[in-house]
Amino acid sequence: MRKLLSGNEAFAWGAYHAGVKVATAYPGTPSTEILEAIARFDDVYAEWSTNEKVAMEVGLGASYAGVRVLVSMKQVGFNVATDPFMAAAITGIDGGLVVISADDPGIHSSQGEQDNRHYARLAKVPMLEPSDSQEAYEIMAYAFDISEKYDTPVIVRTTTRVSHSKSVVDLTGQRTISDKPAAFKHNVTKYVMLPVNARTRRVAVEDRMVKLTSYGETIPLNRIEIEDLRLGVVASGVSYQYARDVFPKASFLKLGMTYPLPPKLISEFAGRVNKLIVIEELDPFLQENIQAMGLKVTGKEFIPRMGELDPDVISAGARKAGLLPDIKPRPRINLSQLPKRPPLLCPGCPHTGMFYVLSSIGQRLKLPGAKDKDRVPRLIITGDIGCYTLGAYPPLNAMDTTACMGASIGQALGMAKAGIGRDKVVSVIGDSTFMHSGITPLVDAVYNKGEITVIILDNSTTAMTGHQEHPGTGITVQRQETNRVKIEDLVKGIGVNRVKVVDAFNIKELRSAVKESLETPELSVIIARGDCAVQRPKRSAPSVVDVEKCKQCGTCLLIGCPAIQSEDGQVHIDVSLCIGQSCSICRQLCPHHAIGEDIEKGVTNTP
Amino acid sequence: MGLLVTGVGGQGIILASDIIGEAAMSEGFDVKKTDTLGMAQRGGSVVSHIRIGQKVYSPLISEGEVDFLLAFEKLEAVRWSNYLRSSATVVINQYAQPPLSVNLGNEQYPDDTEVTTMLGQRTDHIYIVAGTERARQSGDVRALNMFMLGCASYFLPLKVQSWKDTITERVPAKFREMNIIAFEAGRKDMRNVGRR
Repeated sequence: MRKLLSGNEAFAWGAYHAGVKVATAYPGTPSTEILEAIARFDDVYAEWSTNEKVAMEVGLGASYAGVRVLVSMKQVGFNVATDPFMAAAITGIDGGLVVISADDPGIHSSQGEQDNRHYARLAKVPMLEPSDSQEAYEIMAYAFDISEKYDTPVIVRTTTRVSHSKSVVDLTGQRTISDKPAAFKHNVTKYVMLPVNARTRRVAVEDRMVKLTSYGETIPLNRIEIEDLRLGVVASGVSYQYARDVFPKASFLKLGMTYPLPPKLISEFAGRVNKLIVIEELDPFLQENIQAMGLKVTGKEFIPRMGELDPDVISAGARKAGLLPDIKPRPRINLSQLPKRPPLLCPGCPHTGMFYVLSSIGQRLKLPGAKDKDRVPRLIITGDIGCYTLGAYPPLNAMDTTACMGASIGQALGMAKAGIGRDKVVSVIGDSTFMHSGITPLVDAVYNKGEITVIILDNSTTAMTGHQEHPGTGITVQRQETNRVKIEDLVKGIGVNRVKVVDAFNIKELRSAVKESLETPELSVIIARGDCAVQRPKRSAPSVVDVEKCKQCGTCLLIGCPAIQSEDGQVHIDVSLCIGQSCSICRQLCPHHAIGEDIEKGVTNTP
Repeated sequence: MGLLVTGVGGQGIILASDIIGEAAMSEGFDVKKTDTLGMAQRGGSVVSHIRIGQKVYSPLISEGEVDFLLAFEKLEAVRWSNYLRSSATVVINQYAQPPLSVNLGNEQYPDDTEVTTMLGQRTDHIYIVAGTERARQSGDVRALNMFMLGCASYFLPLKVQSWKDTITERVPAKFREMNIIAFEAGRKDMRNVGRR
């Protein structure tokens, strides 16, 4: 069966055919679709876990019970999962445990660019890297077999470009599944990491690496492709594909297993070619390991350490290094004057109203007619990870910090404890992010009497990664109804006395809730609830601007709604973008009641 | 060959590029395609790279190697000018969605002359089609992607039946007919539209 599959879909098929029984993950670009694809198979148990640490722990438990398990996450999600992962690396496994780390070179949708290949070295576990969807499919069988044979979790490292590119996959395999029932083999010295046991396991880990190194010499995923011997290229992942285009005649050492590296194979290849180079994205991981073998190799001397590679970047570097003829590139058309189009909150987004309120209370946006003096922001808004991070952009300008999942609450508490007044610090976090890692810092704020305002933007989904369910939605990834964790009950249950649930589309309600909370010398939580614009099913008639009533004041432009457009000062609403009555933020804000429903007599605005 | 499909998040670009890739695969070609869409659900720049051939390595196309550009929005057509091969074919939807910076008066949206002048430095084969309007006439503005695929089908070396089969596979049954109508409208318009 030939299919055009993304790398992520191919991982799911590969794991399915390799007999995976349990799959866990927390959504995160570019890894999300792996679990979504595997959840479609009825004979696999798949779950969105609360966060990556939990996903890893659930996966580890299932592995201890003897079944094959796939745990997937984005690169920074791996940071969250590191604690149980490092433990898994020591105890080893029973059923095959494969962990996919989806890195994001170029920072398409992350808070940072980190090279997770280092985790393989840190944890002393094997790592495999596919370079397209066919390899993503095939590599899973290797990964599970290695895991079980060498008693170790296996990292499969992918990147945005492998995960999100589609290519032709020949699905040659079939699901093979062991028929022995799940069973836990009691083994205290292996699974209870008291220091005395951990010291014993430590030896097993080093033994394992020796055996894996020798296995790497023969694994078919590492192969030499001999052509012109004047240039030898070592590459893995998608960099291999780029390099193939840039150096069509060179010889290649294609590495599918990138930790531990095979010293004999690399030396053999180095001995056959005149010049040895490494083409790799991000850190000189392969290069430094090869240099440590005493071989002469270059790479990062002309290939950037930062950002995503592509054939153009590699060609430019190769020309600089004299590996390609220095042809003069075609002059580029100057496009620097073109307006940029950064991502924005969608038309009808339930976060827009709250950000507008915070921005206006915090004196961040200049309302029409306002005086210029005293424009120092009055509020500090600690932010978090999600679509709503886009609230940091102008014109809303409603975010001061964004670090990692769940950081907003702890940061706000830290600022308050450092001495910033309680009426000045607000933390903003989404519902899924709150479930992921907002609960423990909120417990901290209860315990340590933090006088801060925590705003939970509850759009009842994990929106940014493509609308995944989470504990607050009451639906599982396999579309089953389940227990719903109600945020307000949870928050009250951990001891927050002031909890208010407000309508995310009602500006007056939002404003009074925020003001009241800022005036109160107590920890308070505001839950602003409104469904994600992309998920609200009914589109009513779009809003329109009555040009006779419109005074061109520009207030409506301050919410940054993509549907509201301005031509020569006159605003109009793009009917194909406006979501209609279920939003109405602009109608509520227009001081001249010039935005409303289009009825025959003209525009009526009845907010 | 190298193709780019560009536009603004929410216009159905990913599905359109999937269909191009799958139609090409159904005719036995090797295909790689990749999307870059940033972190927004709606409203950001979106580009899909599609490479079709006997054997394809990189999913990303190099500058100067695009043979066909299918743009769902005017500004998002110009943005990719440097990727065009000389004498590439460009089909642009006559639709502007000004970015926020333009609405706030901080930047200027290029007018139609600037659009064709900049692209014209690479190619004369520029076709502007009334996609948004024609999709609406076909039944729903969201069928824009199928209209644009109809336009593309006029230039690309794939059988009409491969296009229609792939569309039928990929869209929900209840929208199938409307989508095929929009596809055919695009194909027909392309035959009639004059070269700009």
